[in-house]
Amino acid sequence: MAIKIATPVPNDTIASLKAGDAVLINGIIVTARDMAHKYLVENFVKTRNEAEAAVLEKLEGYLRNGIIYHCGPIVRKEGDEWRFVSAGPTTSIREEIYEADVMELFDLAGVIGKGGMGPRTLEGCRKNTSVYFHAIGGAGALIARNVKRVVEVIKPEFGTPEAFWVIEVADFPCLVTMDSHGNSLHDAVAAESKKRFEELLKG
Amino acid sequence: MQFSVEQAAFEVVKRAATVLPPDVVRALRDARDREEEGSNARMAFDAILENVKIAAEHSVPICQDTGWPTFFVQHPAGWSLRRMRREIEAAVARAAGEAILRPNAVDSVSGKNSGNCVGIGIPTIYFSEVDGPGFRIDLLLKGGGSENVSGQFSLPDRTLEAGRDLDGVFKVVLKAVFDAQGKGCGPAVVGVGIGGDRAHSLSLAKKQLLRPIDDVNPDPRLAELEERIKKAANELGIGPMGFGGKNTVLAVKAGYAHRHPASFFVSVAYFCWASRRASAVFDAEGNYRVTQ
Repeated sequence: MAIKIATPVPNDTIASLKAGDAVLINGIIVTARDMAHKYLVENFVKTRNEAEAAVLEKLEGYLRNGIIYHCGPIVRKEGDEWRFVSAGPTTSIREEIYEADVMELFDLAGVIGKGGMGPRTLEGCRKNTSVYFHAIGGAGALIARNVKRVVEVIKPEFGTPEAFWVIEVADFPCLVTMDSHGNSLHDAVAAESKKRFEELLKG
Repeated sequence: MQFSVEQAAFEVVKRAATVLPPDVVRALRDARDREEEGSNARMAFDAILENVKIAAEHSVPICQDTGWPTFFVQHPAGWSLRRMRREIEAAVARAAGEAILRPNAVDSVSGKNSGNCVGIGIPTIYFSEVDGPGFRIDLLLKGGGSENVSGQFSLPDRTLEAGRDLDGVFKVVLKAVFDAQGKGCGPAVVGVGIGGDRAHSLSLAKKQLLRPIDDVNPDPRLAELEERIKKAANELGIGPMGFGGKNTVLAVKAGYAHRHPASFFVSVAYFCWASRRASAVFDAEGNYRVTQ
């Protein structure tokens, strides 16, 4: 049975989630991928760029105990409104160098992506009480149906895939694959498959 | 007479982006049935199959990463390649305008997105002249995540004890699948290019992805290699999305070229479960049908 959670997510709820739990995410989340992560770290972590302070303030409103979604959607404008057409997760490991800092910046409840992340992010999950939610890669049409509304787009000049899309989701299905206690399903699968790989090489 | 190909190219793009070929859907269903009931792998396949159904019914892209459009065009003698290229680029730009393709062309120097999925070197188009009046367009839409876990090896590989033979090929391809873990959106269709120079080896691997999942390689040596890699890869236990499971690859497709005596390249084109391809086949009058 999947566990329903809603943003902003309190720390004790996040702490109760374990790798292997199926969840349904509700509420406001924000897409961010490569350019967005680089931007956040360069403007608000390494230095404090006052010229961009308004953007940070806006994002904080959505992301305090919130959730970032690694996604570069296909969108369509219908009248004045944006609509998500196809919006599955993108590969998360590209954000490995940034994610722990971004988790700390917003005290994130978690990030949604695919493919899992590495030791820095796993440590970030532990330190900030965050989790990694794995969505179904490639399921763009299905997940777009969970997006009820586009609230706004921040930094549209980054281009459609790279902008911050603030969206409201309902029952977005994910699997917790990295929890806030140091457990990673990805590490477990990698270790097991490594053993098999070495046996298969020997023949 | 040279036909206009723009409309056909547009329809091929739309079909490939929104409808998964029937052989791939069958392979995914079979894979789902092999996973344990209640497992994460079964759950992933159920979502994948539901997604495929919604995309086809509503004509929306299966995956938001509609990939790097790669066209293989067979044309009669005397046709203008520049004209075909212009028409195909117009078809791609139109598809991007209609939210069928994501704008996936980023200027590598300035970082600016061209906005219409057309740019320097994109779409990729391989032209080949054929005898007679035959004309066809084959298209692959392969996403960035799966392209990022694709790669190339040079045999011999000392760390894997992989020599310059098909056993060596087996070892390095298995290594590529192992390294990919869940990052390339498996279960994968794995294209393998054996031999050639570096560039040809990679394009040969990608070209294998046009083959239907259930075909059998006419070269029995390669047919055996394909089966051997598939069986071993599915024993790795990586499963769909890297959640663990019995299905890590759906198929392996290998092709070869001659090589330089000093080189032995093996290229691996890892295609995600959303192995998107479509074709337009023309008759002598210029009528065409879109097939998968």
